[in-house]
Amino acid sequence: MSELSAAVPAAKPKRPKPKSMLMIGEQTAALFENARLAKERGEKVGWSASIFPQEIPETLGLNILYPENHAAGIAARHQADPFLQACEGPLGYSNDLCAYAKVNLAYAAVLNGESEVELPDGGKMVRPDFLLLTNNICNQLTKWYENLARQLNIPIFFIDTCYNPFDYVTETRVRYVRAQIDQLIQDLCAFTGKRWNEERFREVMAVSQRNSSLWERANDLLHHKPAPIGGFELFNYMSAMVCNRGKTSTTAIMEQLNAEMEEHIRAGTSTFPAREEFRVSWDGIACWPYLSHNLRTLKKYGINMVASSYGKAWAIEYDDLDGMARAYCFASTNGDNATTMISRRMEALKRFDCEGTIYHVNRSCKVMDCQMMEVQRQLSELAGVPFTAFDGDQADYRNYSEAQFETRIQGLVELMKTNKEAKSGV
Amino acid sequence: MSELNQILADLRTACEDPAARLRHYLSQGKKVVGCFPPYTPEELVHASGMIPIGLWGGHTELKRSKSYLPPFACPIMQANMEFGLGGSYQGLSAVIIPALCDTLRCMTQNWRFGVRDIPMIPIVYPQNRTSPASVDYLVSEYETVLTMLYTITGQMMNEKALCAAIDIYNEHNAAMRSFDRTANDHLDIITPQVRHTIHKSAFFYEKSEHTAILRAIVRELEQLPVCQWRGKKVLLAGIMCEPEEVLDILAENGIAVVADDLAQESRQYRTDTPVTGGGGLKRLAIQWNSRRGCSMIHELDKPRGKMMLQMCRETGAQGVISCMMKFCDPEEYDQPFYETELRKAGYPCLSIDIDQQNTSFEQIRTRLQTFGEML
Repeated sequence: MSELSAAVPAAKPKRPKPKSMLMIGEQTAALFENARLAKERGEKVGWSASIFPQEIPETLGLNILYPENHAAGIAARHQADPFLQACEGPLGYSNDLCAYAKVNLAYAAVLNGESEVELPDGGKMVRPDFLLLTNNICNQLTKWYENLARQLNIPIFFIDTCYNPFDYVTETRVRYVRAQIDQLIQDLCAFTGKRWNEERFREVMAVSQRNSSLWERANDLLHHKPAPIGGFELFNYMSAMVCNRGKTSTTAIMEQLNAEMEEHIRAGTSTFPAREEFRVSWDGIACWPYLSHNLRTLKKYGINMVASSYGKAWAIEYDDLDGMARAYCFASTNGDNATTMISRRMEALKRFDCEGTIYHVNRSCKVMDCQMMEVQRQLSELAGVPFTAFDGDQADYRNYSEAQFETRIQGLVELMKTNKEAKSGV
Repeated sequence: MSELNQILADLRTACEDPAARLRHYLSQGKKVVGCFPPYTPEELVHASGMIPIGLWGGHTELKRSKSYLPPFACPIMQANMEFGLGGSYQGLSAVIIPALCDTLRCMTQNWRFGVRDIPMIPIVYPQNRTSPASVDYLVSEYETVLTMLYTITGQMMNEKALCAAIDIYNEHNAAMRSFDRTANDHLDIITPQVRHTIHKSAFFYEKSEHTAILRAIVRELEQLPVCQWRGKKVLLAGIMCEPEEVLDILAENGIAVVADDLAQESRQYRTDTPVTGGGGLKRLAIQWNSRRGCSMIHELDKPRGKMMLQMCRETGAQGVISCMMKFCDPEEYDQPFYETELRKAGYPCLSIDIDQQNTSFEQIRTRLQTFGEML
């Protein structure tokens, strides 16, 4: 053996991807390819907010792409920098804005011939002809889409889902949202030349409901000890729920994912790459540019993230258009008051037997950050579990410190350890 | 002139010590309701026999608020939270918080748990204002506000009182617009700071009182010779332009403010409530749907650039200063569009950071000086 080869440890064989992940890859490729083909055929293609009633464009057979999901992908692949620079430079936007928006506005500028940033994906996020907007996630989306509409000179089809300061969706909100859904269907048909088919809608809704329930089930399977997979892996399946919620291809993926998880439970195995010492919940959007660093650090201490408030936002349940209106008002905890937010998190902490919570202070997301401290205080007291918070960003790699993350996790581990020892009487 | 000086001195005192205004109304046996920026249905408070007072932050040391808001939250909200937690707003019967941006959404909850002795009344204005359903929805939001006001304070309004309140607010809007027009003939007296004081003071007076004050100011000004202003003229855009030192720097450099697109100032008075078209609540909802050119309200086509161009042409403003409230994402999304349009039309733009807690102005001074020379 030569000196050189002795110094370099043999590469660890890569774990083969589970079938469900391969299916996700195919589905994502198909989403972009179908949009490209639709464009070629002269059909209108849309861009949509991630918690939009996707069943509507699905029923109309429209091809829709998702800027938030796409920006997350660019960030996770460490390709965001030129977009962030272009957005904050020549396009004149503030550094303070949501990094998904910044990446996407810069990408759109390239599609619009205003910028020459090289598109790492060859422009698979094809230029939209219209926008589908809901503000259940945040108000920044409303402004971001206003700007896209003006930049690209295209219409917005908008459902204002209204923030809920109350503990339930008021009936007046349901009426307002329902009226907007009806109008939107009419306007979208007129714009795209498609026809609304009630029977097709019922089919799509049934598929969407099945997918939501399978997604929720997969999330819920993490309550097994040890959890059958590493919780971060579920982030990989989110594109199926965000972009393809009303499609049967998602049903196949979700069934496969559930089957794989059940198989692990039967065999007593897990894809989590370490012994599960601690179970925690994760609050906030994934820190996409540093997902692997997050995971590596957590793995070092045997921390599995078994509950996330984020992914479950796409488990949307309803069975008619009124129900749809109510469900989309209530889907994202960002659109709900602190009481709802706390009760949802409390339920998850209990259900998954979490020993701590990690809060992502996501610099992009004021709606999450600006009430997080009060949520932390109340939840920690109610649940009796410690928490830690770290500074990060969903897509801007500049807002994260590896050292800070590691220190914060160390601190949380100390607290969880003490609690564990006290519980077991050590 | 001496009457004018006295009025201006009183308004300045009101802006410097809003708590004194609160005590003044409380001593009259009135109940007072705090109104968060940028818009709340003040007419409902007025019609319920109470006094709405604006809560637009202020200079303070941020301590307690840090347990609720991250450092990158809106400085006005940080100051309001600090004042609320520190007891400065004691005496208010309630606050109304409009959830118009992401930080304001969260403020409804922070206030609810942090300042429990001053009840919070939320209002969520519709953003899809082209939807006919938005009117009914907003009427129902107003009704919720009224129910909460009544439950908290015991004071209920009636239709007659609401219609009277709407008239009072429309008259006040007209008086503010009239003042702005007259002020531009007297830029020697109506310095940037005086103009700001007159606008801001409206938040601390019952509106018919303030209308009477405005009319007196206009009367006094009209008796004075028109000033041939030899300095520069600008338009201010943004949420607000404070601290006052910034306005003083403008004056030091011979720059007058002849128009504004500030949420705290002209945006408040642009849109009247229609005098016909239904009951008071419905007319107020229609007024909301008629508002134009505000970063906090969804609107297609990014109209602010065109609106500001028109304002510049009408008032002779030679340039625009973007008073960028730190961390204000709604404004940050608008700025690239309106600045591009203005520059294209030959109007130079300057962007300055606005933070009420700022105590160092040298950088802003240099930049405003250079901008003034450029105009």
